[in-house]
Amino acid sequence: MKTIIQGKAFKFGDNINSDVIIPGQYLIYIDAERLSQHAFEVLGDDFPAKLRNYQILVAGRNFGCGSAREQAATAIRGLGINAVVASSFSRTFYRNAINDGLPIIECPDLHAAVEEGDDLRIDLAQALIFHRDRHYSFPKLPDSVRGILEMGGLAAYLKTQLTSPPRP
Amino acid sequence: MGMTIAQKILATKAGLSTAEPGEIVEAYPDLVMSHTATWRSVSVMNKIGATKLFDPERLAIVLDHISPAKSEKNAADQQVSRAFARKYGIRKFFDIDSGIAHLVLMEAGHVAPGDLIVGTDSHCTIYGSLGALGTGIGYTEVTSVWLTGKLWMKVPDTFRIVLSGEFAPGVFSKDLMLYLIGTLGADGCSYKSIEFYGDSVVGLSISERMTMANLAMEMGVKCAFFPPDAKTLEYLKNRLKEPDRYHPVYADTDAVYQKKLEVDLAQLEPMIACPHEVQNTKPIGEVVGKKIDQLFLGSCANAKYEDLAIAAQILKGRHIHPSVRLIVTPGSKNILLEAAESGVFKTLLEAGGLFTNPGCGACVGDGGALADGEVCLSTANRNFLGRMGSSKAEIYLCSPATLAASAIRGVISDPREFLQDAWASARGEEA
Repeated sequence: MKTIIQGKAFKFGDNINSDVIIPGQYLIYIDAERLSQHAFEVLGDDFPAKLRNYQILVAGRNFGCGSAREQAATAIRGLGINAVVASSFSRTFYRNAINDGLPIIECPDLHAAVEEGDDLRIDLAQALIFHRDRHYSFPKLPDSVRGILEMGGLAAYLKTQLTSPPRP
Repeated sequence: MGMTIAQKILATKAGLSTAEPGEIVEAYPDLVMSHTATWRSVSVMNKIGATKLFDPERLAIVLDHISPAKSEKNAADQQVSRAFARKYGIRKFFDIDSGIAHLVLMEAGHVAPGDLIVGTDSHCTIYGSLGALGTGIGYTEVTSVWLTGKLWMKVPDTFRIVLSGEFAPGVFSKDLMLYLIGTLGADGCSYKSIEFYGDSVVGLSISERMTMANLAMEMGVKCAFFPPDAKTLEYLKNRLKEPDRYHPVYADTDAVYQKKLEVDLAQLEPMIACPHEVQNTKPIGEVVGKKIDQLFLGSCANAKYEDLAIAAQILKGRHIHPSVRLIVTPGSKNILLEAAESGVFKTLLEAGGLFTNPGCGACVGDGGALADGEVCLSTANRNFLGRMGSSKAEIYLCSPATLAASAIRGVISDPREFLQDAWASARGEEA
């Protein structure tokens, strides 16, 4: 996982649910590229195509609420999005993003300041987001879960764990 | 300092004497449920080359979403799940005839008070109706629990919700939850555990508690609890295979609650969740008259026997409006059997309802999909954009009573206009 993530931000509001991120009819897929073709498509316009011009999603409160479907994180990753910064996440999306290797950052102050297309630079090691002439700090992930994200997701992490006996 | 129910269960399952809110523990769930998503967890297991489960007895598999298979792809996915269950000797395997995972597992006695249960479904919170900690996780994490037996969990803060008074006729647990979700918001209880208390809880049937613990997810809870009582024991006494599985967990009297809320049930009225968020709730008076195309009596929230019986109570001797269609999807085979025996099945059929096989059905757009511009009134727990088919369709959520009343009129209607003396007895029937 890169420790510096930069790119243009696309901005969403509050309570973007996982049915909107990836509709249930596509849960027959688990492949990131295939899922991404249908990500956010219920929003109409030229979703999801236009999201491919952005590298970071900035959202309001409770991003990823609703269904526990892991493919919500996978579909976003498939769009070429390298991080999601939200004021808050639903707990299921939060876990799924970590397990899927999608960096997620809780930063309640950023949302109001950002406009669509703004350039952002995220330094994961320092836990700072740089936007225009300001920077915002965010809480680091707990050590116990940072390792999963750094390995690119839970499947890769699990593989390393299996070399030692699973039962304590 | 005393502990809440969530603290106690997580501490126990992590082998600790205490667990404080905010602490991250490694907990060993008693049960890990996977539904139609099972094939995805199997694919992760294959991908990493794992072949040994931590404990096959802790797995439960229920094929409930998209069942029976609607496509070659669904069929192949189900084939993977069945083959996995056979290969590893998964005894808690329920095929497409069974119904919705949550209801099936509770009916079969695989959920006991004090259990920690994780599963590939956000509505695992429903297990709190029996005093178990249930919460949703993704399919890769299910694989992880299959293999290692454990997962990291953050110990949540707890809200205490105290219920007083009695529901007025025509008002139900669904209305209470829509009221709470509308008041607190879709993230009003994010990452929190909630515990229901108060004089009114004693009177709530297990079916009503299931509806409430289920809907609690829609305000973001990690888990929700009804402290086990005589009704819990009554529900479980012939279901739990081993009597020593009944080990209720209660909060300490000096447990610390982050927030306390009080609700007087007598003040509530029928509620409707309007498109496209569950928190977008309104008292029924503001929505009455809205034209409907389809009605869905189904889902893990409100397709239990009691829910079907309430709808039948209103629809008995009547017929749905000619401009609407009514889809009834019982939550489980056992519920369908009970409805068949009691006459509820016949009543709903004669009233113009279409019965589908038990399962998740139209709640996730599987059968009963909506076309552009159509309006569905549903007893399910979600009305998200595009969830039941077209993104140009609208979904409204309500109680089974409101659904039945609205089916007769063809527009959203207040169930209190159809009140009968039999209300109280309908509410009192078994879950």
